[in-house]
Amino acid sequence: MFESKSGILAIAGLGFFALAFVSNALLPALMYQDLPEQTVEEVVNANVLVQFEDLAKRFPDAFSEHYGEPTKEACAEALELGRKIYVGEGCWHCHSQFIRPVSNEDERWGPVAESWEYQNELQRPVLFGTRRVGPDLSREAGVRSNDWHAVHFYQPDMVSPNSPMPRYEWFFDESPDAPNKRGLAIITFVQWLGSWRGEYPSYDELPDMSVTELPPPPPQPAVQNGNAAGGNGDGGQANNN
Amino acid sequence: MTDDLRTDLLPAQDTLVDRKIVRWYFLAAITYLFISLVGGFLMALQLLNWNPHSNLEFASPGRWRMIHTNAIAYGFLANAFLGALHWAVPRLTLRPVASRMLSYAIFCAWQVVVVATAVGLVLGEAQALEWGETPVWIDPVALLGLLLVAINFMTPIVKAKGPLYVTLWYFMAAFVWTFLTYAMGNFVPEYWLSGSSAGAVGGLFIHDLVGLFVTPLGWGLMYYFVPIMLSRPIWSHGLSLIGFWGLAFFYPLNGIHHFLYTPIPMFLQYGAVIATVAVELVVTTVIINFFATLWGRGREFWDNIPIRWFYTGMVFYFLTCLQCALQVTLTFQALIHFTDWVVGHAHLVMFGVFSLWLLGMMTYLFPRLLGVEWYSRRLLEWHFWLSAIGILVMASDLILGGVLQGYWWASLEPWETSVDGSYPFWLVRVFAGVVIVAGQICFVYNLAKTYGLARKAGTLSSAAANEATA
Ligand code: HEC
Repeated sequence: MFESKSGILAIAGLGFFALAFVSNALLPALMYQDLPEQTVEEVVNANVLVQFEDLAKRFPDAFSEHYGEPTKEACAEALELGRKIYVGEGCWHCHSQFIRPVSNEDERWGPVAESWEYQNELQRPVLFGTRRVGPDLSREAGVRSNDWHAVHFYQPDMVSPNSPMPRYEWFFDESPDAPNKRGLAIITFVQWLGSWRGEYPSYDELPDMSVTELPPPPPQPAVQNGNAAGGNGDGGQANNN
Repeated sequence: MTDDLRTDLLPAQDTLVDRKIVRWYFLAAITYLFISLVGGFLMALQLLNWNPHSNLEFASPGRWRMIHTNAIAYGFLANAFLGALHWAVPRLTLRPVASRMLSYAIFCAWQVVVVATAVGLVLGEAQALEWGETPVWIDPVALLGLLLVAINFMTPIVKAKGPLYVTLWYFMAAFVWTFLTYAMGNFVPEYWLSGSSAGAVGGLFIHDLVGLFVTPLGWGLMYYFVPIMLSRPIWSHGLSLIGFWGLAFFYPLNGIHHFLYTPIPMFLQYGAVIATVAVELVVTTVIINFFATLWGRGREFWDNIPIRWFYTGMVFYFLTCLQCALQVTLTFQALIHFTDWVVGHAHLVMFGVFSLWLLGMMTYLFPRLLGVEWYSRRLLEWHFWLSAIGILVMASDLILGGVLQGYWWASLEPWETSVDGSYPFWLVRVFAGVVIVAGQICFVYNLAKTYGLARKAGTLSSAAANEATA
């Protein structure tokens, strides 16, 4: 049996593979059966909508051209595109999306990851990640302002000196105050990460461990329409809880 | 290198091995090796902020990082393995593959798959599955290719009479596993599951890809080449049995150890940890078996370059596995997960073990495929030493850097501290990479010259090569 063709094909080839699949994949799937997968529309929440509306005010031309009105449906569309960019650009190979209960991670970023947070279409396949060159992003919502993100994606070391994060100029029409469709989508996506938590955005009040004192953000872009969510992410974000 | 030209021990029938297809596979493999190296460099330079093309969308390091891993797995390893299989399977079974036409069809199809993957990744079409970023629309084609590969090689194996040699156990299992792993990893988390259970499948996929595709083919070929080159049998058949069945049983159960401390149920995480430690014990038996086979013939390690590639790879294999046994414990995970430690580990496995083995096989086989000796033994030495030292430095550097990163993070220092602190390690890594590339350039140059010799000697056609080496 141990050296015969049928033994090897049936037991080692099929049998052991199936055993691992059942115990390591089907079992957790069954355990999460009662946590149905949410659609993208269902995960659009009030917190992320506030940011989405803020984008509409801040970058009105690009926004209305690509997304029209800041509705729930438009936000879902932006989130879907944002996820696609996050995957396609390999952001998930430099950023994780889960907080572990060890290594002081909850102090740095906020509450430890829970299963229900991942039961939705935007986590299919899940974006846990396996490497952190940059910080975890699963509690990124509301930590920074939309302007900060725009400048950061355009040229990370403008706001975060010596940052090794790549530049993403193709998210913009030539300048950091003109994000294009992709730019708006990726900003919406990072503003969504963690926006579903009841505590949102209490991690604002955590001692800001993820960066040292930053110089004040660069001057606001000309198109700014004056809004509560100012240039500095540490303050005054609208809170709809 | 005449001393290891023991082709008198092999059945040298023209009809068995198609040398041309083996050469094609090897050349394709070497091409992708270089593409992968380019990808690795782009990301490595980005981390130093030395990326010269930061404003070029299609040269974005994030995208090329995925080309780096996919080109090595599907371009280099898969092609090189297919080449080596075309050599080993007919010789072990004394039968040719099912169809030569099929071999060439698979060759072409596989190159389409790899090139399409690279193009898809450059265009930003990746699938969110580590080691399986191949855009979703290519997956069915790749799966079909794997099925045809299995048919092509299983035909002679099924027809073979008498007891099966160890190598064929590994190959048979690998054909089934690779197909199933690819299907599971690419389809289940994409179309059926989301969230934590998709994470579990993703972990299973990452792990099975190494453990059930690369590892069994690699070890199977070691069981084939090492006894032939040392002209003595493997030391213990019993240990061979333990090695195979131990790997088959425990390896697939390890998957979740890639996502420890996630919301995946904790008891499953414990299970994966225990199974991983079990794998390390199995691995030790395999290593003992191979070193006992070499026992008393240690000279071969220095004189016989392919044997040196193989056994160096085995030493690295033992080191990575030792590393696994440490890093899989939850205590260690807390510190080193997400850090460069894991990156060092991955490089040690993929380059330090399997690439070294495959490069060793190429070193052994090219003279037999071309019908002439290597142009320069000295360049072969350079190739070996630059590759081995390069990977040793790179892995040690990343592993050490990883430990420090873990402490910086846990200490709640600002994030920048870890980034700035990693800089010297990232710098050393780039130079280690340069050393590795220099080694591969020696190899390619040597190969080109050897081709030239073969062309002059007129031994390039399959039949002529057979005569020259028979
Ligand atoms: C080469 C690795 C790398 C890649 C790829 C990368 N990042 Fe980063 N990212 C970093 C590093 C390092 C930092 C920390 C320094 C900084 O703020 O720029 C960072 C910081 C960030 C931050 C700020 C976090 C905070 O609040 O301090 C966000 C948001 C972010 N990245 C999003 C992304 C997105 C989205 C992508 C893909 C489009 C991406 N990153 C790609 C390395 C990377």
